[in-house]
Amino acid sequence: MSSLHLAIFSPFLMAILIPFIFKLFRKLHIGWFVLILPSILFLFFLSKIPLIKDGGVLKATLNWIPSFDINFVAYLDGLGLLFTLLITGIGSLVVLYSIFYLDKNKEKLHNFYVYLLLFMGAMLGVVLSDNLIVLYTFWELTSFSSFLLIGYWNTRERSRYGAQKSMLITVFGGLSMLGGFILLSIMTGSFSIHEIMLQSNTLISNELFLPALILVLLGAFTKSAQFPFYIWLPDAMEAPTPVSAYLHSATMVKAGIYLVARLTPIFALHGAWFWIISLIGIITMCWASFNAVKQTDLKGILAFSTVSQLGLIMSLLGLGSASLHYDFLSKNIYMGAIVAAVFHLINHATFKGSLFMVAGIVDHETGTRDIRKLGGLMYVMPITFTIAVVGTLSMAGLPPFNGFLSKEMFFTSVLNVLQMNIFQMETWGILFPILAWLGSVFTFIYSILLLLKTFTGKLQEEKLDKKPHEAPLGMLFSPIVLGALVIIFGFFPNILSRNILEPAVASILPNLLQENDRFAVHIRFWHGFNLELLMTIGVVVVGILLYLTLKKWRNIYNIFPKRFTLNRFYEKGIDITEKGSYSFTRRLMNGSIRSYLIYIFIFFIGIVTFTLFKKDAIKMDTTNLAPIGIYEITLAVIIILGSITILGAKSRLTSIIALGAVGYTVSLFYILFRAPDLALTQLVIETVSTALFLLAFYHLPQLSRKEEHIGFKLTNALISIGVGLVITIVAISAHSNKMFDSIAKYYIENTHDKAGGGNLVNVILVDFRGFDTMFEISVLGIAALGIYGMIKLRLSNQKKQQRRMADENK
Amino acid sequence: MKTSDVILQTMTKVISFIIVLFALHLFFAGHYHPGGGFVGGLITSGAIVLLLLAYDIKTVAKIFPFDYKILIGLGLLFAVGTGVGSLFFGVPFLTHAFGHFHLPLLGETSLHTAVLFDTGVYLVVVGVTMTIIQTIGESE
Repeated sequence: MSSLHLAIFSPFLMAILIPFIFKLFRKLHIGWFVLILPSILFLFFLSKIPLIKDGGVLKATLNWIPSFDINFVAYLDGLGLLFTLLITGIGSLVVLYSIFYLDKNKEKLHNFYVYLLLFMGAMLGVVLSDNLIVLYTFWELTSFSSFLLIGYWNTRERSRYGAQKSMLITVFGGLSMLGGFILLSIMTGSFSIHEIMLQSNTLISNELFLPALILVLLGAFTKSAQFPFYIWLPDAMEAPTPVSAYLHSATMVKAGIYLVARLTPIFALHGAWFWIISLIGIITMCWASFNAVKQTDLKGILAFSTVSQLGLIMSLLGLGSASLHYDFLSKNIYMGAIVAAVFHLINHATFKGSLFMVAGIVDHETGTRDIRKLGGLMYVMPITFTIAVVGTLSMAGLPPFNGFLSKEMFFTSVLNVLQMNIFQMETWGILFPILAWLGSVFTFIYSILLLLKTFTGKLQEEKLDKKPHEAPLGMLFSPIVLGALVIIFGFFPNILSRNILEPAVASILPNLLQENDRFAVHIRFWHGFNLELLMTIGVVVVGILLYLTLKKWRNIYNIFPKRFTLNRFYEKGIDITEKGSYSFTRRLMNGSIRSYLIYIFIFFIGIVTFTLFKKDAIKMDTTNLAPIGIYEITLAVIIILGSITILGAKSRLTSIIALGAVGYTVSLFYILFRAPDLALTQLVIETVSTALFLLAFYHLPQLSRKEEHIGFKLTNALISIGVGLVITIVAISAHSNKMFDSIAKYYIENTHDKAGGGNLVNVILVDFRGFDTMFEISVLGIAALGIYGMIKLRLSNQKKQQRRMADENK
Repeated sequence: MKTSDVILQTMTKVISFIIVLFALHLFFAGHYHPGGGFVGGLITSGAIVLLLLAYDIKTVAKIFPFDYKILIGLGLLFAVGTGVGSLFFGVPFLTHAFGHFHLPLLGETSLHTAVLFDTGVYLVVVGVTMTIIQTIGESE
C-alpha cells in the first residue's frame, strides 16, 4: 500500500481506535490524540509541494474490484494537493479548537471524533480518487458523516430536522451524480477520470453527454449548496460550531467545487457547462448575499455568506471554462477566472473558518448567537474582535486582506465576460458584472453588520445568559492562525501562486498547456486605477449608505411572501409526498380482498389480451376436432345449468348442491372421455368436499346466515366475462397452434416393457413421474396437519379463556 | 327418547368389510387396472367414516387405537424410502424395479417396488382424510 492510500485510510483506522483510547484515558481530552493525525497528514502533504509544483503527479493503484474496472486509484496533482492541504490543515485547527469548545464531561466526545475522522478520511478520498466509483463511495461517506455530525446533539428537534434535510438533499444529488458517472463510463468504457479526459473531444457529440453533464452538476450543486439547493446549509448550522467551521465552510461544501473543477477538462467544451455553472453561481452569489442581511443569527449570516461565496467560486469556474474555447495561452484572459476561483477558495476557507470560530467563541462566552442581543463585546473580547475585524473585512473584500485580492480578480473576470464573443454573451454578458456588483454590495453590508452589531454599541448584559469574558487562549489559537493567514495571503499572495495556484490551475485546464509550459500566475496587490477598483469603491460607498439606512429599506424582505420561499417549497414537497403516498396506498391497499382480486383479474385480462394482439396469436383451427356426440352435449348442458344455478341461487345450500352436481357431472365427463382413474377419484373427492361445504355452511353464525341473493355488480360481471373470454380465446388459440406431437406415445409403448404395469395413469403417477406424486402427498400431509393445527391450537381462544378464568378468580 | 341404530350398525358391520376389501382390491389392482393408492386410501377411509357414522368417535378410536397423524409420516417415509432405496443400487432416485417370482402359496407373482411407493400414497391418504375428519368432528 502506498503512502497516499495510507494517508486516506489513516483517519478511518484512527476512528476505529478512538473508542478504545477513550475508554483507556479518561483523564485527558480525547481531542489531543486526534490532533496528532491531521497534523502529521498536513506535514505529509506539505512535503509533496516541491514535487507537485514542478508538474509532477503521485499515482498509486490499489486493486478493489478489477473485473469491473473499479480500483482504488489515488491521484495527487495540484488540485488534489490544494484540497488535501485545506482538509488536513483546517482539520488540525478545528480539532484543536474543538478541544476547548466541547466539554470533556458533558459531551459524548468519542462519537464526535469518530464522526469527524470518518468525514476527514472520506473527504481525502473524494479529492484523491481518480476512479469515479471510488469517488462516489467517498462522496456518500461525506454525506453520511456530515449527517451524523449535524445531528450530533440528537436530542434537539432542530438538529434532527437539519440533519434529515441535508441528508435528503445531498443524497439526492449524490445519486444523480452516480447516474452521471455511469453514463460517462457507458460513453467511454472507463471509470478513470484521466482516461475519460483523453476522450473528451469525441465525447461532446455523444447523445448521452448532456444528460451526464446535468446529472453530475446536480451532484455538485446540491453538495456545494447552490441555488436552489442551498436551503440545507442554513439548517445545518445546528451542528456544533467546529463542525460548521470545518464541514460547512471549508471542506465539504467545496466538494462540489472540487468536482466541477476536476471535471472541467471533460465537460467544459460544451456551452451548457459554461452557462449553467456561471449563471447558477452568480445567481446563488447575489441571492444568498441578499438574504444574509436579514438573518439575525450569527451562524445564519455565516451560512448564507458561505452559500454566496460558494456561488462566487462556482461562477468563476464557469467563466473560466470559456478559456478552453480560445486556443492561445498568452493572452487568454478567461484563464484568470480559474486562478481567481482557486485563490478565492483558499481565501474563503481561511476567513470563513476563522469567522465561524469567532461565532463559536461568542456563543460559548455569552450564551447567545442572536445579534439583537449582542453588542459592545469589543472591550470585553479584544482578541476575538481583532480576528473578527480581519475576517469580516476580508469577506467584504477590503484591502489589505486577501479577500480584496480575490474580489478584484472576480471583478476582472466578470468584466472580461463583456469581451466574450461566444454563446451569445455579447448580449447577455452584461448581466454578470451587474449581478456580481450587487452581490458584492450585499456582501459588504452583511460583513459590516456582522462585525458592528456583535462588537460595537452598548453591551446588553441583562439579555445574556453568561457574563461575557475573553475566551481561553487554546480556543483563540486556531482563529488567530487563520486570521494571520488572511493577512499573510493578503500581503504576500505570491507565496501561494507558485506553489499552490499554478499546479491547481494546471490540473483544471490541462489542455491549454504545451509541454514544459506552465501558467504564470502573478497576483498584484496594486493594479492601477481601473474599472475594478472603481467597482470596489462603489461597493464600499453604496454599502455604507445602505447600511446606515438599513432600517428604512429592511421592509423589502417582507415584500417577498413567505409562501414562496424555497424552504416552504421543500417542506410542502415533503408533506405532499408523504400525504400523497399515504393516500395512494390507503386507496389502493384498502384491505378488501375483492379489490385485490379485481386488480389481479384486470391485469390478467390486460396483459394476456395485449400479448395476444401484439403477437398476433389469435387463431382458430377446426381441422383437428373430434366429433361431438349427444352425451357430450347433454353433460355440457347440465354443467352450464349447474353453474348458472350456483350464480343465481338464493340460498347457499342450493349453491352447494349445484356445485356438487357440477362436480359429479365432471366425473361423468371423465367416464365419457375414458379416464376411469380420474372419474373414481373425482367422485370420492367431490363427495368429501361437498360434505365439508355443508359443514362450513352449518357452522355459519346465525347473524350472517340471512338468505340473500348475490347482488349484481356490473364491474364484477364485466371482469368475470372478460376473464372467461380471455381464457377461452387462449385455449382455442393454443389448440390451433400445436407445434409438435405429444410425448404420450412413449408412455404407451413403454408402460408394459419398462415399467412392468398395465395402467398407464398409475404407472405415470408412481413410476415415470413419481417425484411429483411424492410431493403431492406431502402437500396433502401439510394440509391435514394445517387443519389439525388450526383447530386444535386456538391460541386466541385459549388466551380469552385464561383471561376469563383470571377474571372469575378475582 | 333413545334412538336405536341397530339396523345401521348391523349393516355397517357387514358392509365396512366389503368396502375395505374393495379398497384393497383397487389398491393392488392399480398397476394394471383403474385404481391405485389414492383411490384405495380414500375408500378405506370411507369405510372408517361409515364406522364413525354408525358408532361414535370414541368407539372407533378404540377399534383403531392409533394416531392417524403418524400414518401420514409413515406413508411419506414409505414414499421417500422407496426413492432412497434405489440410490443403494447406483441408479437415480425413485427408479423402480420389478420382476416375476415364484412365491409359496401364491405361485407365480409379479412383484414391483412401485407397490411400496403406492403403499406410501395409500397410508398418507388414509392418514390425511382421517385426520381432517376426526379433527373437525372432535372440534366444538
